[in-house]
Amino acid sequence: MNFKLKVWRQKSANAVGEFRDYEARDIPAEASFLEMLDIVNEDITARGEEPVAFDSDCREGICGACSLVINGVPHGPGKAKTSCQLYMRRFADGDTIWVEPYRAVAFPLIRDLAVNRGALDRIIEAGGYISARTGSAPDANALPIGKREADLSMEAAACIGCGACVAACPNSSAMLFVAGKVAHLGLLPQGQPERVQRVVRMVRTQDELGFGNCSNHYECEAVCPAEISSTFISRLNRDFALGATKEAAIVA
Amino acid sequence: MATTIDAKIPAGPLEKKWEKHKSDSKLVSPNNKRKFHVLVVGSGLAGASAAATLAELGYNVSCFSFHDSPRRAHSIAAQGGINAAKNYQNDGDSVYRLFYDTIKGGDFRSREANVHRLAEVSTLIIDQCVAQGVPFAREYGGLLSNRSFGGAQVSRTFYARGQTGQQLLLGAYQALCRQIALGAVKMYPRTEMLDLVLVDGHAKGIVTRNLLTGEMQSHAGDAVLLATGGYGNVFYLSTNAKGCNVTATYRAYRRGAWFANPCYTQIHPTCIPVSGDYQSKLTLMSESLRNDGRVWVSKQKGDKRSPQEIPEQDRDYYLERKYPSYGNLAPRDIASRSAKEVCDEGRGVGPSGLGVYLDFTDAIKRSGEKTIRERYGNLFDMYRNITGEDAYQGPMRIFPAVHYTMGGLWVDYNLMSNVPGLHVLGEANFSDHGANRLGASALMQGLADGYFVIPYTLGNYLATQSGKKVSTDRPEFQATEADARDRIKRLLAVNGKKSVTQFHRELGLLMWDKCGMARDAAGLREALQRVPGLREEFWSNVNVLGSSESFNQSLEMAGRVADFLEFGELMCRDALEREESCGGHFRLEHQTEEGEALRNDDDFCHVAAWQYTGADSKPVRNVEPLPFENVKLAQRSYK
Repeated sequence: MNFKLKVWRQKSANAVGEFRDYEARDIPAEASFLEMLDIVNEDITARGEEPVAFDSDCREGICGACSLVINGVPHGPGKAKTSCQLYMRRFADGDTIWVEPYRAVAFPLIRDLAVNRGALDRIIEAGGYISARTGSAPDANALPIGKREADLSMEAAACIGCGACVAACPNSSAMLFVAGKVAHLGLLPQGQPERVQRVVRMVRTQDELGFGNCSNHYECEAVCPAEISSTFISRLNRDFALGATKEAAIVA
Repeated sequence: MATTIDAKIPAGPLEKKWEKHKSDSKLVSPNNKRKFHVLVVGSGLAGASAAATLAELGYNVSCFSFHDSPRRAHSIAAQGGINAAKNYQNDGDSVYRLFYDTIKGGDFRSREANVHRLAEVSTLIIDQCVAQGVPFAREYGGLLSNRSFGGAQVSRTFYARGQTGQQLLLGAYQALCRQIALGAVKMYPRTEMLDLVLVDGHAKGIVTRNLLTGEMQSHAGDAVLLATGGYGNVFYLSTNAKGCNVTATYRAYRRGAWFANPCYTQIHPTCIPVSGDYQSKLTLMSESLRNDGRVWVSKQKGDKRSPQEIPEQDRDYYLERKYPSYGNLAPRDIASRSAKEVCDEGRGVGPSGLGVYLDFTDAIKRSGEKTIRERYGNLFDMYRNITGEDAYQGPMRIFPAVHYTMGGLWVDYNLMSNVPGLHVLGEANFSDHGANRLGASALMQGLADGYFVIPYTLGNYLATQSGKKVSTDRPEFQATEADARDRIKRLLAVNGKKSVTQFHRELGLLMWDKCGMARDAAGLREALQRVPGLREEFWSNVNVLGSSESFNQSLEMAGRVADFLEFGELMCRDALEREESCGGHFRLEHQTEEGEALRNDDDFCHVAAWQYTGADSKPVRNVEPLPFENVKLAQRSYK
């Protein structure tokens, strides 16, 4: 298959960027989108131009490293997949494809299609954990957890931390990311002692880092490779309201 | 001269060794712990769990990862599960059974004491992970659920859907994040270790490159922990992530650390077959699928019928036929080799003829599609997404692919290499899986090393290091940093015609062909001739563009491939010298009449630990004998 690519090139965060045209020739339909870019990069390199920088690692949809906006949509067309799990057979021969980096204030650009998503780590550092010092855990079966709660917690925990939710949101909000972690831990009995401080700290931190708030567009849910449900955001809002009230009461 | 090695295994009965060793180990007092600076390289299961736990204990920790976030380490991709001798199923499991299964699964090429310790601490790992909030699968009554896995006749595998590695890593990552927020760990993301710094023969630091800015930096510490994973990408195509590499461990080898059993590589039986040379990696389908899927090919050669058209009597369920008691759950090396055999006979399936069927028809009939969807839904989705085929309707096509490397840097019982101060954890060391790793044991070992072994054993080294702090002003740091800079300069100066990927792919094909699922002396000798040639060509004709002072992914890859081009030779050499077949190392010259691996316990019941002696001289093969005091050496039988 052959494609015309319009790829965002930008040498560094402060440089001026632009779309540049590339031809992708003789691409097998079975190739993934990133493998197509690999082929194009080999061509570009052979011509003496520096290859297009983009993040990727596991190439099986779980590590969350790949982060492309393809034809205006984070991770491109189709549901529940990362850029690395998008296959060229989904496109028509001769298509023009636009490839851009995630664009969000909290994700500064590094080069070309690679951005810095360290802000997501900062949010987890703010409280996205259960404090369980190694060596002090009781027997794993001492605390039965209903299958329903455990399954729901797992659904929220499946987030791969790719940040597509932020890139898709008109407000560049990380609410789905935060909500996933808050639900994962908050649905479990182990997560109760820190439930209030967790949600308050994580939400405050996401605000400080320059992510916007949620205004119910649900673009996040639509692009999420792990299909994290936006209902977790409702849960987050309830927990936050409760947490912020408790916090205010303590301060008073 | 080759040295005979002392692994510092504690004396006493097997089941008391670890208990006794913990009591005998040196402690570092709380006010001294914060004075010790520990450098942890890698943030996967082993690295993140070690960094978090050591920080909890009060050590001053720095953690380095080439990823943008510690959560991206390749542990994240492990699907199936984690073993533990909990015996929650009341099916006869015990620490001894897990120990025995692991020793036998490893084809009697691992240390009894290490493996027993692994089995002992396995139960603590599950407790720890549940306390952190890892959402393992549960039964309706709220208790933990288990599944069975290859190489075992009990159900001892804990799992979180098909994303167990992800959930365990997130547990360790979150514990790490907590310590980062507390200021106990300094995290260096997008920072690659390029070399190890030795001061007076002790590992006292590392040289790193900031992958965003290209800045080279020296870091001094009181001990160095490498948790940098395996070297499967020497084959180019493997189930490893693109970034997985041998650089940290290979550079440590060049600085004097012994590399043990590099020829032990695991070929995983259930991967999606190769479809073309554009491919950047292979995708694993969890081995847990073999719980319900039946593996078969046609009895006829070159059978072009669709699987549905092949009637039951024309099908060969070869694993069930050859290994009636384990059937489709035979260990990975055996399942892989059997697949290769039927394909070599011309009975392989799919366009390339390099594939076998994994069929769920019976399981769907027995348990219903809903149950199968619940168990493996994400794997079936993944398969459909990649191949465009629906495995609920017809069988999957699978083929073996390189997956895990049992070899690694040599370590003693304390997880310390022969270089004092250099400790090695997880897949990066060699110690627990022998010549073949059982499914769901990698996660167990990574977390055992990080949560429950190194926190106890590190004190044995650090207690001897009070007042011996070094700083990066030492000439050793400057010299090592200069070496690393020089290498980068040379890579950029070649200005040749061939891309890094082309070299990597060529090396991979050669290694797969000559040092892959089956090896023989002639092939290995040929590879030993050709790898140096390829390396020479690399250094005179590789094309790496851009500068060293920026985000330059081709430069990163070039450095890693350059190391693979040296390491591949060491692997072939090890495979050639080991004149036997064991586990994942199958030498065509050494097989039983039925085509099974034929060990040579008289001459090779030992660990081969290779010692670097210079770029132009042959490395020395040191030997650590493997005494078996508790289990009887037997030919593995899964019949």
